[in-house]
Parts: sequence; structure tokens; C-alpha cells
Amino acid sequence: MVIDALDGGGRGHVGAALSIIEIVRVLYDDVLKVRPSEPRWPDRDRFILSKGHGCLGLYAMLADKGFFDRSEIAQQCRPGALLGGHPEIRTPGVEASTGALGHGLGIGVGMALAARMQKRNSRVFVLTGDGELNEGSVWESALIASKHALSNLCLIVDYNKMQSYGRVADILPLEPLGAKFEAFGFGVSEVDGHDVAALRQVFAAPGTPNRPRAVICHTVKGRGIPICEHNASWHHKAKLAPEQVAELRHALAAT
Amino acid sequence: MRETSLRMVHELARRDPRVVFVGSDLGAGALDAMRQEFPDRFYMEGVSEAAIIGLAAGLAMDGYIPYVNTIATFITRRCYEQVAVDLCLHNLPVRLIANGGGLVYAPLGPTHMAIEDLAIMRALPNMAVTAVADAEEMKRFMLATLDYPSPIYIRLGKGGDKVVTPADQVFTLGKSVELKPAKDVAFVTTGVMASRALGAAALLAEHGIEAGVLHMPTVKPLDDVALLALARRVPRLVTVEEHSRIGGLGSAVAELLIDNRLPTPLLRLALPDSFPDDYGSQEHLLEVAGLDPKGIAQSVLKS
Repeated sequence: MVIDALDGGGRGHVGAALSIIEIVRVLYDDVLKVRPSEPRWPDRDRFILSKGHGCLGLYAMLADKGFFDRSEIAQQCRPGALLGGHPEIRTPGVEASTGALGHGLGIGVGMALAARMQKRNSRVFVLTGDGELNEGSVWESALIASKHALSNLCLIVDYNKMQSYGRVADILPLEPLGAKFEAFGFGVSEVDGHDVAALRQVFAAPGTPNRPRAVICHTVKGRGIPICEHNASWHHKAKLAPEQVAELRHALAAT
Repeated sequence: MRETSLRMVHELARRDPRVVFVGSDLGAGALDAMRQEFPDRFYMEGVSEAAIIGLAAGLAMDGYIPYVNTIATFITRRCYEQVAVDLCLHNLPVRLIANGGGLVYAPLGPTHMAIEDLAIMRALPNMAVTAVADAEEMKRFMLATLDYPSPIYIRLGKGGDKVVTPADQVFTLGKSVELKPAKDVAFVTTGVMASRALGAAALLAEHGIEAGVLHMPTVKPLDDVALLALARRVPRLVTVEEHSRIGGLGSAVAELLIDNRLPTPLLRLALPDSFPDDYGSQEHLLEVAGLDPKGIAQSVLKS
């Protein structure tokens, strides 16, 4: 479906979508309490795709779960489309309009506080990129989450080690990332973000009491398609030639 | 005005369980009465404006009406993208209470003087932009904020500002207040400049010029109907604002006149397009910019 969207819209953040596929799969299959037929159900869990440029991965999952019709996928970015190049709240199942980086955790903190005040059991999951952690607002929000002991808040980091220009280690290194979140007061888990069983296990495990969670998912940008993997030039692609799309489909079929 | 505004947040919190207060790192004891009465709806979250706006957005998405408060320059410039995306794009009922609009923080220098806040807030879709004239109007205004469906920017004056608005005013966002009927010239003002324009009108009367004052507590939405009627009736309009001459009330009025092809002459009195480079007091800087009653009257006489 991600490639259908690329093909239909002629553009998309391919690599950024492919690194989160298993994460959103496990969230929507096994973790999130949501109702596709009632997207605004008050007691639902909230999932914010803070790295909005990974939206092709989210769209595929929301369509698969029946939040909207699969035929919308191939229309993305076209005039009159339901789905744009970043998620917006007009799309059923999208909790917050994102695309500008560093916004999701702040909103998630507010939602987690609201759930606590309203005595709802809703949990809030916020998925950020690794390059996104360059934004200071993420760390401001991390301080606040920790202060309020938001155990109903889970930050998931798609740590694919690549940002737009190149390697995270070269642009703005994040290590030691787990220790940073520990120091900010989070209960931290690290997991292979493409290992479905491991992801299930991490999300099923109880978090640290009175602490927000950080699940650092070690992933591969462009996962599943050899020409995209670890390749910064596949962060975003526009004007894809039919041969390139065919190549993507072929590569995916071969894996 | 600031105390009244915060006291009204407390009053609104008593009336409506959706009301929440969010501060950054305000002066010790700020809104202590509300903190004691509603500790679960009082947040003081540190010098982290971007995160606070996001937090307020998250609360509003789940049914709360957050009133966020810090200094005007920081609640606008510092977190502009959060205001634009988290609040305006999602069209959430979050209220931004901005301490020290205009030149209030004169002694503290240009980092603390909000001279372009109306312009940059006005440019954002869905954002209402307000600047009431006095503490009495603030009470009426704050009651009107409760059920407004969109974000509101609330510019505060220094406090102790002269009361010029009528007690029987029914406050409606988007409606202007005629403080003095105009004949020869009409001042159009926002915020605390209403009192200065009234002072200027008194000085002009000595010269045989009958000047009136139309006060715009909401710069956006602008009261187009009242302004157009005024522009068709009086020979001259003069906007007066404690704000850069770029993008504020004067610009809004000019845009309205042009869009409606009205040739009414318009004089825009405002701060120059430069960072304030002196200290002293708000009154002193207003005087330097010709925005005290005498300076305003002289500008009208010269034009």
C-alpha cells in the first residue's frame, strides 16, 4: 500500500514510512484500544505520528483497519484527496496534524494529563523520528512528562540512524540515547523495531510505575527494499519514474 | 488589567470545569488563590513555551479550555510554530494571555517589548486578536472568552490603565465600542491607546476640531461594519496603536478601506519599524513616538 500511495501520488517519504511499518502494525494489531467505526470514541488510546513524514506507513495501517477505504491510498497528495503528504485530523484515525517536527510529544503530554484528570484509562503513544529529537521542544516536553509521572504516556523513537541529509551520527549525534531518556526520568526499553514478536513483548510488558515510557526502536530506513535501505536519498522521493516504482515492487516481492 | 485577567481565569474556573490555567514560570504567588482552590487545574510548567503550547493543545483536544499565560514576546515569537500548528491549524479553544503588550516593559529593553505581536498573531488563520482598554472591559471580555470556539490572543496593558469603556458595554468579540462620536476626524484605536486618543480629542476640541474615538478591543475579527460606516461618514480616519506600523491595527484598517474601494484619507499613528532603543517608562517611549495625547493631536493638526 505504501508503494501504491507513492505510485498514485507521485511522491512520498518512502524510507521514513518503511522504517515504522512493523511498529504501527503491532500498535494497531495488539496494543491500541481504538474503534475504526468510531474514531473519536472518548476512551480510545491516542496514537500521534509526530514524525508526520512517515504517514504512508500510518495510512496503510488505518486503511487496513477500516478507518477509511483503501481506494484513498492511491489518491494521496492529489487535488481533493483525503490523504496528504503529512497527516491531518480530517483523516479518520489521525489524532493530530503533524509534519512540523517536535510537536507530537507536547500534545501527547496534554492528552495524557487530560486522561488523568478525566479518570480515563486511555494511554497516549507518540512516535517520533530520530532526527526529530534534534528539536528542543521534545526535551522540554520530556521534562514535563517526567515531572507529572505520566505513566500513561509512551514515547516511541524510530531510531533508523539516518536523517534527511545523512547519518544521525554525523549530523547531530544522539548517543547515548537510552541514557538520555533515563536521565530525563523515563522508563526505557530498547528493541529491534522490525521484530514483531519483540515489539509485542515490549508493549505488553508493564512500564515502570510513575514514569513515562520511552521505547527506542532500532530500525532500518527503507526497510525491506534493498535500494532504499540506509540510503538518505530515499528519505523523500518525488517524480518517481514508472521503472522506479516497478523496481520497488519487484524488490518488495523478492524479500 | 493583568490581575483582573488572571482573577477572571479563577472565576471562570469556578463556573466551568473545563477551564485550566497553564503558566510558564510566572512571578511568585501568581494566581495562588486558584492554585489552592483547583490544584488539579493549575499548571506551572517552567520556561518552555513550545512545550506548554503543545500541552495546552493536547488538553484542548480532549475537552479543556486552557488559559496560558506568560510575557507577550515569549508567548508569540518564541513558540510561533506551536501557536500556528498546534492551536490555529487544529482550531482549538486555547487562550494566550500576554503580559506587557507594546511598550509596558520599557525598562527591560527590546527583548521584552511586544511591538509586533498583533501583526504576527493576526496573520494566523483562526486566531482572534484582542487588546482591551481597561480592567473593567477586561472583566466583560473574559466572560465572553469562555465559549469562543477558536484560539484567542489576549494582549494585556500595564495595569492601572484609566477606565474609559462604558459599564453597560455588552462585550462581543468582533464588535467595536464608540467612546466618543466623531465629526471631523475619527480615531480608531486598540488597547490602552483609547485613553490617549480621548485625550487627543479633548486637545483638538480647543482647535475647533470635533474628533471621535472608535475603540477596537478585537483587532481580529475586525468590526468591518462599524468601520466602513465610520469611513463613509467622517472625512478622516486616524488609527492609533502601541505597535509597529507594520501589520497591526493601522494595516488592518487600510486593508479594509482598500478592499472596499473607500477613498477616506487614513493617517496611521504607530511605532516606527525599529526595535525600541531607549528605556524609561511606557509613557516615555509613547511620548517619544508621538503616541501621547499631545503628540497624537499634533500629528492630526499637521496632517
